Amino acid sequence: MAKPSEIRIFASKIAIRSDVESSIAVVGNPNSGKSTLFNRLTGLKQRIGNYPGVTVERHVGTMSFDGKKTELVDLPGTHSLSAHSLEEQIAVDVILGRMAGSSSPDGILAVLDATNLYQGLFLLQQLVDLNKPMVVALTMTDAATQSGIAIDVDALSEVLGGVRICSVVATTGAGLENLRSAISELPKSAPPNAIDVWPALRSAAGKLRSTSKSNLSLVECERLLVDGVTERNQSFASELSEEAKGRLLEMRHELFVDEPGIAIEARVRYDWVRENLLKLQCSTPPFYSWRASVTAFLNQPVAGTVGLFLVMAIVFQAVFAWATPIMEFIDGSTAVLSARVGNLLGDGAFSSLIADGVIAGVGSVIIFLPQILILFLLIILLEDSGYLARAAYLMDRTMRSVGLSGQSIIPMISSFACAVPGIMATRVIPNRRDRIATIIAAPFMTCSARLPVYALLIAAFVPADQIGFMNLQGLVLFGLYMFGIVMGVLTALLMRKTALRGPKPSFVLMLPEFRRPNLQTLMFQLLGRVKVFLYRAGTVIFTVAVIVWALAYYPRSETIVPEAQKQRTIAAYSLSGVQLASEYERIEHAASAAQLEQSWLGRAGKTVEPLFRPLGWDWRVSAAVIAGFPAREVVIAVLGTVYAVGDEADEKTLSGRLQASTWPDGAPVFTLPMVIGLLIFYACCLQCAATLAVIRRETNSWRWPVFAWVYMTGIGYGGALLAFQIGSA
Amino acid sequence: MEIKAYTLASLKRGQKGIIESVDTSDPQVQRLMVLGLVEGAEIEHVSSAIGGDPMEFRLFGCGISLRQEHARFFKVSPVVAGG
Repeated sequence: MAKPSEIRIFASKIAIRSDVESSIAVVGNPNSGKSTLFNRLTGLKQRIGNYPGVTVERHVGTMSFDGKKTELVDLPGTHSLSAHSLEEQIAVDVILGRMAGSSSPDGILAVLDATNLYQGLFLLQQLVDLNKPMVVALTMTDAATQSGIAIDVDALSEVLGGVRICSVVATTGAGLENLRSAISELPKSAPPNAIDVWPALRSAAGKLRSTSKSNLSLVECERLLVDGVTERNQSFASELSEEAKGRLLEMRHELFVDEPGIAIEARVRYDWVRENLLKLQCSTPPFYSWRASVTAFLNQPVAGTVGLFLVMAIVFQAVFAWATPIMEFIDGSTAVLSARVGNLLGDGAFSSLIADGVIAGVGSVIIFLPQILILFLLIILLEDSGYLARAAYLMDRTMRSVGLSGQSIIPMISSFACAVPGIMATRVIPNRRDRIATIIAAPFMTCSARLPVYALLIAAFVPADQIGFMNLQGLVLFGLYMFGIVMGVLTALLMRKTALRGPKPSFVLMLPEFRRPNLQTLMFQLLGRVKVFLYRAGTVIFTVAVIVWALAYYPRSETIVPEAQKQRTIAAYSLSGVQLASEYERIEHAASAAQLEQSWLGRAGKTVEPLFRPLGWDWRVSAAVIAGFPAREVVIAVLGTVYAVGDEADEKTLSGRLQASTWPDGAPVFTLPMVIGLLIFYACCLQCAATLAVIRRETNSWRWPVFAWVYMTGIGYGGALLAFQIGSA
Repeated sequence: MEIKAYTLASLKRGQKGIIESVDTSDPQVQRLMVLGLVEGAEIEHVSSAIGGDPMEFRLFGCGISLRQEHARFFKVSPVVAGG
């Protein structure tokens, strides 16, 4: 159950800035064009939380007008002040000033979608009741005109208690100056007049407020009367004394008799909306619209489903095909840079740290930036155009068979890019059990950090044979993606049958019209993600690379260097020319290998080797896997470091070195069963500190991250063990 | 206009109806009411996913999808085309 403490986590992100004169909450229905408008108003002056997920993270921006600075807080979309999901709860708590650490907003910027006045006006009635300064931004007026709706803005203002209304077209920027001026004047403006849609509720709320002797506002009393005390309104319901709770029960019974208050409210408010819609909206002939044709095509059940699979296939194809040239370029540059720096700095610990530790380590991760960018770009495009909602709708029936609903599809698709925003996207799932089952299943989806590991092993050990129209390497990669999906789905099913047993999840979803994604919003989201990725590469991965380097470099052996020197001297007596040079090189490698073997990393690898021996891993692979637990992509960097020295260093590429690596008896380490086992291990194992942290944050307990880690690591180990033992038998 | 004991689930593709009464006992139905599926609202069945479930409806210009099991809670009177 959502506890109030679950919300406090977000409060730390709301710093109150001293140079800002007032704070305005941006409120609106989901898909009302709220985030686009927010980006338009604040531009680059915004602060985004750690991981900007799919419109769920908290965005705070500053808008300047006429020398005055106003802080805008972009809230998650909501349909009503009766919160239904965690996201809506966050929005409602901020609006009511009940969010720990943030003061009550000085005014409301209500975003009203001109193509969906029906639902928009429902929320606006509740917002007018807040009795706070308010301005309405009427968005999507261009789309409304296209679909044949004309809106009488003066009449709209009148029915909403004389509130100021600014028509804007966020894509072209028309009407924005007017809106900015209205927002900057907002804190000093008078609130709209009360519109008294439901006088009975208002007067009951007044009575409740005076009898409860608490700090509750009139609107909070209204919410309590309508909803009762629920898990989603604890932030203010907790103010009620036991006695007042008893009084609340009586009053609710008087108002609603036996029916739920929320149903009665819907009737009363939507009756008002329908009555007024006639006054302020008239139909004009619609234009031809590409949206209508696309929607009509995708509305055919079979064509829509086939279309969904095609779209997903194109997305993954694009990720691999488009990114390759850029990745090769980065790979080449890193190698050149590392070699140059190594030569420039000469021998010694510092040179080795920079060349082998920092450049090789961080470079091996930066290389995946192009793939990650493309994947994120395409997923944001699908999300913003409204297509992901349709995917959820089309997949609901399938998801139902594994105990989830179509709503779990969006977090799962996002997890192909990265499980962190994917898990954050589960906030729209209202039921906690469904949400946790989705959170545990999501990290099985093949994320962009698994990709490098797969790519390396496949390139090294799977022949590039052509099978039909598919390449064998591509086929194996596709198989690994499918394996992740199957494991995730089976996990969800298992969870729903055991720990998270409960009623069948329900499915209600708004299906927005297709719309052309806004370029600016797209760029903001993409930039946010690039920043996060580079930050991670610059901090976590940098640190791990340096630590791993140090573990592999120290302690320096006192005997190896003199021993190598002795061998060199002996060789110089008996050999000369090319032979001598190659003998020198052999001695050099042998010395490095001996050094590595007695380093901390080598010792650690040897200590855990017995544990991984049944999987066919030698101490080097074991050490790399251990080092990869904080972030799985690190394993490549470590393999790069471990194999940069030693017997196999003759081979130019890492995959060549892996192929050449042998056990002391000369048998190859990387046999086919071992590689398959390693791939299975990486497909399952939860080697990602960021994912564990976000599971902890989103479930508000250590139980789930610990469970997920043990469960996924256990499956990975078991799978690798099976593959190796069966394959080698 | 002839009124039959129709529910939302029995509306055919492309057919419109007006919601006559709602069984408010189910929490999911209450949620749908907050989204605007209340008595008196005109609603059109636009499409279905494979197998006829979930269904997509259009309500005053917005698209909304729900499952058949919930659609049965809403009694509708079909609007006869042109009538």
